[in-house]
Amino acid sequence: MGNGIWVVGEGKGDELSRATCEILSEARRLAGDDKVTCVLLGTGLTAQAAQAGKFGADEVLACENAELGKYNLEIEAHIVAKAVGDKKPDLVLVPATTHGRELAAFVASRLNLGLASECVALSKGDDGQFRAVRPMYAGKVRVTVKFTDSGTRMATVRPNVLAATETGKAGAVTALEFSKPEKVGAEMVTVETKGDGGAVDLSEASIVVSGGRGLKGPENFHLVHSLAEVLGGAVGASRMVVDAGWKEHSFQVGQTGRVVTPDLYIAVGISGAIQHLVGMQNAGCIVAINNNPEAAIFKVADYGLVGDLFEVVPALTEELKKSRN
Amino acid sequence: MNIIACVRQTPDTESAIKIGGDAKAIATDGIKYVLGPYDEYSHEAAVQLMEKNGGEVTAISFGPERVKETLRNCLAIGAAKAVHILDEDASHDDALAIATALAAAIKPMTYDVVFTSNKGTDSDRGLVGAMLAEKLGLPYVGLVSELEVEDGGKALVCTRDVEGGQREKIKVTLPAVICAQKGLREPRYASLMNIMQAKKKPLETKSVADLGVDTAGAVKLQVEKLEYPPQRPPGRLIDGASVDEKVKELVRLLKEEAKVL
Ligand SMILES: Cc1cc2nc3c(=O)[nH]c(=O)nc-3n(C[C@H](O)[C@H](O)[C@H](O)COP(=O)(O)OP(=O)(O)OC[C@H]3O[C@@H](n4cnc5c(N)ncnc54)[C@H](O)[C@@H]3O)c2cc1C
Ligand SMILES: Nc1ncnc2c1ncn2[C@@H]1O[C@H](COP(=O)(O)O)[C@@H](O)[C@H]1O
Repeated sequence: MGNGIWVVGEGKGDELSRATCEILSEARRLAGDDKVTCVLLGTGLTAQAAQAGKFGADEVLACENAELGKYNLEIEAHIVAKAVGDKKPDLVLVPATTHGRELAAFVASRLNLGLASECVALSKGDDGQFRAVRPMYAGKVRVTVKFTDSGTRMATVRPNVLAATETGKAGAVTALEFSKPEKVGAEMVTVETKGDGGAVDLSEASIVVSGGRGLKGPENFHLVHSLAEVLGGAVGASRMVVDAGWKEHSFQVGQTGRVVTPDLYIAVGISGAIQHLVGMQNAGCIVAINNNPEAAIFKVADYGLVGDLFEVVPALTEELKKSRN
Repeated sequence: MNIIACVRQTPDTESAIKIGGDAKAIATDGIKYVLGPYDEYSHEAAVQLMEKNGGEVTAISFGPERVKETLRNCLAIGAAKAVHILDEDASHDDALAIATALAAAIKPMTYDVVFTSNKGTDSDRGLVGAMLAEKLGLPYVGLVSELEVEDGGKALVCTRDVEGGQREKIKVTLPAVICAQKGLREPRYASLMNIMQAKKKPLETKSVADLGVDTAGAVKLQVEKLEYPPQRPPGRLIDGASVDEKVKELVRLLKEEAKVL
């Protein structure tokens, strides 16, 4: 029997993030008979705690405090590092999101623990050792890493690569004590929801429709939005589009943008430069719409449609609408 | 304002990446090394803060001898001086080891802001900046896409976009470690004159032993093997006499063959 696997979860309102559910399911699979613990920090965590149980947590450590209503790295890292240092779980998993990444890095640094980041697969070998598979060189290579120390190991796990499966039922909820460091240097001033973000988050979306320079101008980007909307997907963009100021950087897919792994990726008017491909080539199914049959994007596309996007995209959107009804 | 810009040397993003003979590292022949694409933005942000508020920028990098070339480049694009922490052992390219060495070198310096950036486009890691902040006992703001100086230079207000279409504004008291997202400030390129002048600027080399750091001991991850990601099976172009036909066929394939709709 080991010290179990911990998952530091994320959620909003009554719901855990999809990434958290995926990682809990993976923890359940890896843990065998060992305990899976989900650590939650925030306010009003009852519903999230129950959901954690459904996805495999035997126990939830919930730290509820009004000061955790707004994300604060220094305070969260302080609490999590203390708990991890105390209980010494065998493995701590954290979603590879903006918050999760820095939280994991702070905790690993404080306790000098090995941290494998952006992992796409985890395993436990016959030697009882955890191994992690992660990308390198913008995903052009995959590396399997092993931890050199015994004791607690850490990993951040990319959203949308592991399957979320409901297995258990609500586990026991234990309160995790709130405390904060003597000095807190950074404070959240505001958090606002952006107007044009689209309904679905890019890194967690199961369908992504991205637009490139082939759209000719920002006034035509609504074509991409409409297609994404009928599919219930998120909107992405190539760097050309971002550099030209048609879309903000948070939409960019690629080496210097987001890496996405949806079930379906549709590239509209995107040429398929290597720096774009490394951001989307692990999608389940890739569709390319481009009027140049020689475009590099067709080399990675499962289905290529050669044609003028200004005709193809509206027709496709219509066809999908029809097939919905 | 004295500013430290941590910079990572990375293979040019156009470089073909080939796995080496022992499958533990990439083959380095034919690789062109450059200032990391994200560090171009953070370095520029450092230089612009200095230009507005006075002070100087020190560029610092951990790595083998070849890293000096990247530091010379930083001296040509606005840094006043550079520090090279020399470590030839490729297995020390580990987030905790780098952060430990950088922290040891930075601690005795006088500074208001330390810049890092999103990630190495080779390491795909995104850890060194936050670990460095933690080692220095400083606050950290990651993935900053906009920043403003406040309180007469005592604080920065940073804007960043996080998942779920949320935009956060975080106020951080200085000194602090800031990690730049792409686009924070548009990078400049060196003129021939800048390059000549950079040759006269100080570039100091320190060994990890000079810093009293055990980089080997700080390494907690070990590479077992490198592999290429699974290749995608070849795709196909969709036939059809008209746009309508092609679109109908595509929808059919997505439903019946790929089963993604
Ligand atoms: C360091 C570095 C990092 C980078 N990081 C990224 C990154 O993260 N993400 C990224 O995307 N790029 C990145 N790039 C840029 C990349 O190299 C390409 O320049 C970029 O991806 C091209 O964008 P695009 O495909 O939209 O534009 P283009 O290459 O201009 O392609 C436009 C495409 O639209 C097609 N088209 C035109 N008209 C029509 C029409 N009417 N109907 C259908 N198709 C049409 C054309 O045939 C063409 O293929 C990076 C580059 C560097 C150097
Ligand atoms: N060897 C290094 N020397 C100096 N700075 C580095 C080094 N490696 C990483 N950094 C900084 O830390 C950031 C994150 O790196 P990484 O954790 O490797 O993705 C980089 O973008 C750089 O700003």
